[in-house]
Amino acid sequence: MSAVKLVRMANQIAIFFRTQPDEAGATAVADHIKSFWNPVMRREIYAHLRAGGEGLEPLARAGLEALMARDPVAHESVTK
Amino acid sequence: MSLSREKDFGTPLRTGSTMVTLSIDGVQTRVPAGTSVMAAAAKMGTQIPKLCATDTLEAFGSCRLCLVEIEGRRGTPASCTTPVEDGMVVRTQTKRVADLRRGVMELYISDHPLDCLTCSANGDCELQDMAGVVGLRDVRYGQDGEQHRTIAADDSNPYFTFDSSKCIVCSRCVRACEDVQGTFALTIDGRGLGSLVATGGPDFLGSECVSCGACVQACPTATLNEKSIIEMGAPTRSIDTTCAYCGVGCGFRAEMQGDKVVRMVPSKAGKANEGHSCVKGRFAWGYATHKDRITKPMVRAKITDPWREVTWDEAFAHAASEFRRIQGAYGVDSIGAITSSRCTNEETFLVQKLVRAGFGNNNVDTCARVCHSPTGYGLKTTFGTSAGTQDFKSVALSDVILVIGANPTDAHPVFASRMKKRLRKSAKLIVIDPRRIDLFRTAHIEADHHLALKPGTNVAIINALAHVIITEGLVNEAFVRERCDLGDFESWARFIARDENAPEAVEKVSGVATSEIRAAARLFATGGNGAIYYGLGVTEHSQGSTMVMGMANLAMATGNLGRAGVGVNPLRGQNNVQGACDMGSFPHEFSGYRHVSDDATRDMFEGLWGVSLSPEPGLRIPNMLDEAVEGRFKGLYIQGEDIAQSDPDTQHVTRGLRNMECVIVQDLFLNETAKYAHVFFPGSSFLEKDGTFTNAERRISRVRKAMAPQAGLADWETTLGFAKALGCVFSYAHPSQIMDEIAALTPTFAGVSYAKLDELGSIQWPCNDSAPQGTPIMHVERFVRGKGKFMITDFVPTDERTTQRFPLILTTGRILSQYNVGVQTQRTANTIWHDEDVLEIHAFDAENRGIRDGDLVAIQSRSGEVALHARISERMQPGVVYTTFHHAKSGANVITTDYSDWATNCPEYKVTAVQVQRTNRWSDWQEEDRASGDLLRIIERKADAAE
Repeated sequence: MSAVKLVRMANQIAIFFRTQPDEAGATAVADHIKSFWNPVMRREIYAHLRAGGEGLEPLARAGLEALMARDPVAHESVTK
Repeated sequence: MSLSREKDFGTPLRTGSTMVTLSIDGVQTRVPAGTSVMAAAAKMGTQIPKLCATDTLEAFGSCRLCLVEIEGRRGTPASCTTPVEDGMVVRTQTKRVADLRRGVMELYISDHPLDCLTCSANGDCELQDMAGVVGLRDVRYGQDGEQHRTIAADDSNPYFTFDSSKCIVCSRCVRACEDVQGTFALTIDGRGLGSLVATGGPDFLGSECVSCGACVQACPTATLNEKSIIEMGAPTRSIDTTCAYCGVGCGFRAEMQGDKVVRMVPSKAGKANEGHSCVKGRFAWGYATHKDRITKPMVRAKITDPWREVTWDEAFAHAASEFRRIQGAYGVDSIGAITSSRCTNEETFLVQKLVRAGFGNNNVDTCARVCHSPTGYGLKTTFGTSAGTQDFKSVALSDVILVIGANPTDAHPVFASRMKKRLRKSAKLIVIDPRRIDLFRTAHIEADHHLALKPGTNVAIINALAHVIITEGLVNEAFVRERCDLGDFESWARFIARDENAPEAVEKVSGVATSEIRAAARLFATGGNGAIYYGLGVTEHSQGSTMVMGMANLAMATGNLGRAGVGVNPLRGQNNVQGACDMGSFPHEFSGYRHVSDDATRDMFEGLWGVSLSPEPGLRIPNMLDEAVEGRFKGLYIQGEDIAQSDPDTQHVTRGLRNMECVIVQDLFLNETAKYAHVFFPGSSFLEKDGTFTNAERRISRVRKAMAPQAGLADWETTLGFAKALGCVFSYAHPSQIMDEIAALTPTFAGVSYAKLDELGSIQWPCNDSAPQGTPIMHVERFVRGKGKFMITDFVPTDERTTQRFPLILTTGRILSQYNVGVQTQRTANTIWHDEDVLEIHAFDAENRGIRDGDLVAIQSRSGEVALHARISERMQPGVVYTTFHHAKSGANVITTDYSDWATNCPEYKVTAVQVQRTNRWSDWQEEDRASGDLLRIIERKADAAE
């Protein structure tokens, strides 16, 4: 999937969770993406993140960094 | 199965705890207070003669045939209009009443043609029956009464005729149109023998009639008669089943001659519809035997090749070989499937099982992705379960009805009739919709408030309503304190009280006057039972899930949950979209909405299925298509969906389909998606199989086979065949065994079986040990998740903005006579009401562009361009245009974009920035689609196959 589209989707998720009171926003973003995004999409966005993460909102970036740290697929190649 | 007819009690049955004891013909009987003498007699098996009475209508008392004698009463009262009383002694058959009845019948017959043997209602005529029951032997007045034979029968309606000469002016049709349907299209014109039923238009077709069939159903003679009955004769057997159109899920009796449907009759026992119907379910079933049906499996190597008919075994082997080849070449995750919301629960369950257990991934999704997936997310988050809260009959106890982003009279007409009935009595109505929908002002109904918001500002409006409730102290504190999480509530209340959510601020973004927002909020909070009904105008936005949570917040804050008359109720689009979601069609969930990463759930499925299952969510439909465009997703099995027409950004969809190496389409017809397919499995209609559908009120109803599958296999058998070719061992001899497996694996379905469905008629899930008869109303004492969860619903404007280049907002919707992408309804006479999609535009926008009504106009967005004829409409607000998406040639989704809901990827169909201008040609896409369409559908038939 195109990085532009994934970035937009991640930012949308972050924009929702940044206003929620009872959860650490980054964790909520990470949990949502882990629950609904297929590993293919996660691998793509991690690759984008590693390449600088252009366009990502701060909370989206924080959520993805938190997720990448605990997600086994983060270490798999994009083409898998 | 023999022909069955439902018993007619003459007047509606009453319920209630106060019982009345009376004597009828010497027999003591007890019935609820308010029951008529006629119904009380019918309940004990005594049918009092009648003509103007039927139990779907309140008593009218005009025919004077149901006279009885009651001790202590003067005269001979009509049993239909006389309520029972304690100690009442009734005689239904005395010489006095028998003589009177014969006299009445003589008068009727003197005015009625005696052509019974050649009459289309012969054997199904209450006048004929009553003549026999009263012992009519002579007509002293002769047969020269006014018979209106000079008036030609009105056969303008494609499905039924109206013949005045057969009419006995009982007013049942008029009352059915008023009381049951709520359209008020009919009246009685003239007086005495000159009385005639009139439509208020030149004929039925030219009148306000919506062809629901209620008048035909109510008519006791051949005056209003189905053309199919006139053509074919009377049915000889019948089968109870469930309609395959919208999410209302009406119960029907398929009346048959051999394997031919003669008519579909709405079932009074159907709890979703209670004997009512709409033009689609009642009449538009001819598609099932249309000549366009594909009845042989077909394959081709390339989409530009002609289709080649093959045997089922060849088709299964080819499809399986291709899918395994693709997985070998591109990986396990390179294939997936789409389940059908038009197919049964059992068929849907099988497809997702095939994907998870057979394909070895979770790449399965369903059309709810593009309609109500935000409902699932939003209601699960706030209440704990992904479904509406009420049964349909709940609306009869609503005091304030809030309709948001739904058009029930067109899209859910049978439920709309229930709603209209309540609104005519006393309930208040608030409509939140950019368009002036029919419900806004219809017979004896006018919305108290119409919040005509700009598309894309739903969340701002729902927040503003809540703001008024919070800041004016209208919260139901007792409910919130007892039923909801107080910490969440307090956070939400602080958020919602902010100035940015005040009506004054929201007026600027939504265009809705502050006074209207405040008045609507006060009415909803203080008007009694408040019920929310909503449709795709809520979900198909970039904030669809947020809006669902916003409505849940509003219902919790006002205490409108957990009892009859209230609730948050999605009006589901397709017949089994609720069921498709329930059955585990989403890529992240097993049946019963349990995440694939949940080890305990996965263990249970792995144990029963004997395979290892992936704990990772699969690709959603938009993700599959994106991956296909990228060249990594190569095979798709599509059961009963037409994504090339129904999904947004058509050119992106077709690019994805073209990039795949094996697309399998299973459908009744060669639909738009089939143009890009390599394998075609011919589908079976709802008349050709057994199974269940689940409607918008979580009601599971049986679908029963009325005829053999035209292609030899029902859809569930086709999936089994494909699974077997893939090496999967799925063993089911009947769909009831699939339901048994669903029940074994799904806690909310644990108590469901075909035996119980036969016993109860239908069941609303959850049905298990805690609720063995099912659950009509959810969250009665506690929410499924425990405490109700208020969510912060910050309004975030969509990225899809109007610009100088695209200054208007396009929004899309449906029309009464058509269903979804039109593959079914356009193969029926329903096309008489809607032969093309048009663009509705406000006069101001039209004038600015020099557009006149009927002009061909080009509609351009950043995704594409199509041309439609314009209709200048006062329903629209300036700046907003509207079209339907029922015709493939229109290409409405060529214009819609890939923007989607933040939580679920549900496309933002309802907001597309466009420009509209006059044109003299179809768009390039339309020209190209027409040129290529036929080429991609060529079938190379064998000589014997063509016969």
